[in-house]
Amino acid sequence: MQVTMTVNGTEHTREIEGRMLLVHFLRDVLGLTGTHWGCDTSNCGVCVVWLDGEPVKSCTVLAAMAGGHEVRTVEGLAEGAELDPIQEGFRQCHGLQCGFCTPGMLMTCRALLDRNPDPTEGEIREAISGQICRCTGYSSIVRSVQWTAAHEAAAAATKEEAVAP
Amino acid sequence: MRPAAVEYIAAREVGEVLAALADGETSVLAGGQSLVPVVTRPGAPPCRLVDINRVGGFDTLAEDDGCLRVGPLVRHRAFESGVVGGALGDLLRVVVQHIGHPPIRARGTMLGSLAYAHPAAEWPAVAVTVGARMVLDGPDGRRTVPADTFFTAPFTTARRPQELLVEARLPTLPDGTGIGYAEDRRSSIYPQAAAMAAVTVTGGVVSAAALCLVNSGPHPVRAVAAENALLGTRFSDTAIALTAEVAAEQDTRRLDDDATRPARRQAYRVLARRALRHARQGAGRCG
Repeated sequence: MQVTMTVNGTEHTREIEGRMLLVHFLRDVLGLTGTHWGCDTSNCGVCVVWLDGEPVKSCTVLAAMAGGHEVRTVEGLAEGAELDPIQEGFRQCHGLQCGFCTPGMLMTCRALLDRNPDPTEGEIREAISGQICRCTGYSSIVRSVQWTAAHEAAAAATKEEAVAP
Repeated sequence: MRPAAVEYIAAREVGEVLAALADGETSVLAGGQSLVPVVTRPGAPPCRLVDINRVGGFDTLAEDDGCLRVGPLVRHRAFESGVVGGALGDLLRVVVQHIGHPPIRARGTMLGSLAYAHPAAEWPAVAVTVGARMVLDGPDGRRTVPADTFFTAPFTTARRPQELLVEARLPTLPDGTGIGYAEDRRSSIYPQAAAMAAVTVTGGVVSAAALCLVNSGPHPVRAVAAENALLGTRFSDTAIALTAEVAAEQDTRRLDDDATRPARRQAYRVLARRALRHARQGAGRCG
């Protein structure tokens, strides 16, 4: 069967089998290996991507189901050489050790901050409750999100000041 | 190991869904949070799926004639904000926080969970607690099944294989109703045991009570004897303790290993007490 979807702003049409999962479509067909493939049972969260702006586990979505929809992967976070603030936050606060869970963490945390720019620690931990960090570096991940939230709030304030007469 | 072949059908209207289901062997694919891992698991048999995500008009979420009507594509997440006023809205908002994780809630649907009928799942318990009615559409037209006869066994409902669950109707709860939910969960997305309560207090006295035990048997059940023990009381600590005691006796799960029975009873005793105390905080307002 044929499927057409937009991934990080680019439309792709491919011939696929009904059984193909979105995570395999992204990695094996499009070569976007930033999205990782972990447990395959919807538990670990390394495969989280956005489907029409919502974080979803791409091991639990058939590629065919994404037909006609928009997907955003970790490759779609940075603009050229400029990291998304959430990526910068993980870099500043050592939010990754081995890096295996990082793509899913980044997509989940970006979605959290877009919806809730000033989350409490509890809200951050709830947001990442479907993600497993095998290095158990959760404290650094929480700090990374807090750094990003503070950084984005400061950037927004500066922008407002610049615009004010 | 690659999964077995999946025949995928993308339906655009309800007629196409029913046509696909007519063979009695096709599964309905909505959020896919339980179905996709099952059908793509290595060793799973080949299957045929009809994807209903592109069917128009399936995202109904409206209050109508004393009921909240929920369509097949309403995702769990929709219930995180109060979709309806009163105690029903409170119950949905409290319960949804216990379902899976945020990405699962973004994708999975209430009706998918009802049709899947996991004995420990939250939405079937809500349906039983509030007395929801399930609307099924099939080759012989529509029929409505009340929640207490819809769930028949683990992962089994009154839905025939040729039918589609097109709507759940959840009655709104009367003024003066308080709700409560308490669960015992160990590192799983499903609770080991849980209790759900909706109790109405009128003039300081319990006038209606629903107490549902989750994962205590093949499907969620109301603890009717316990509810009767609570009716007519002033919802005191003593009345709650007695009600919880009666509820704990109603653990219907059949297990080979009877050694866990005392522990399960204790769990339901504590959970029923917590759910009822939680319900008492909201009960009696405007009542």
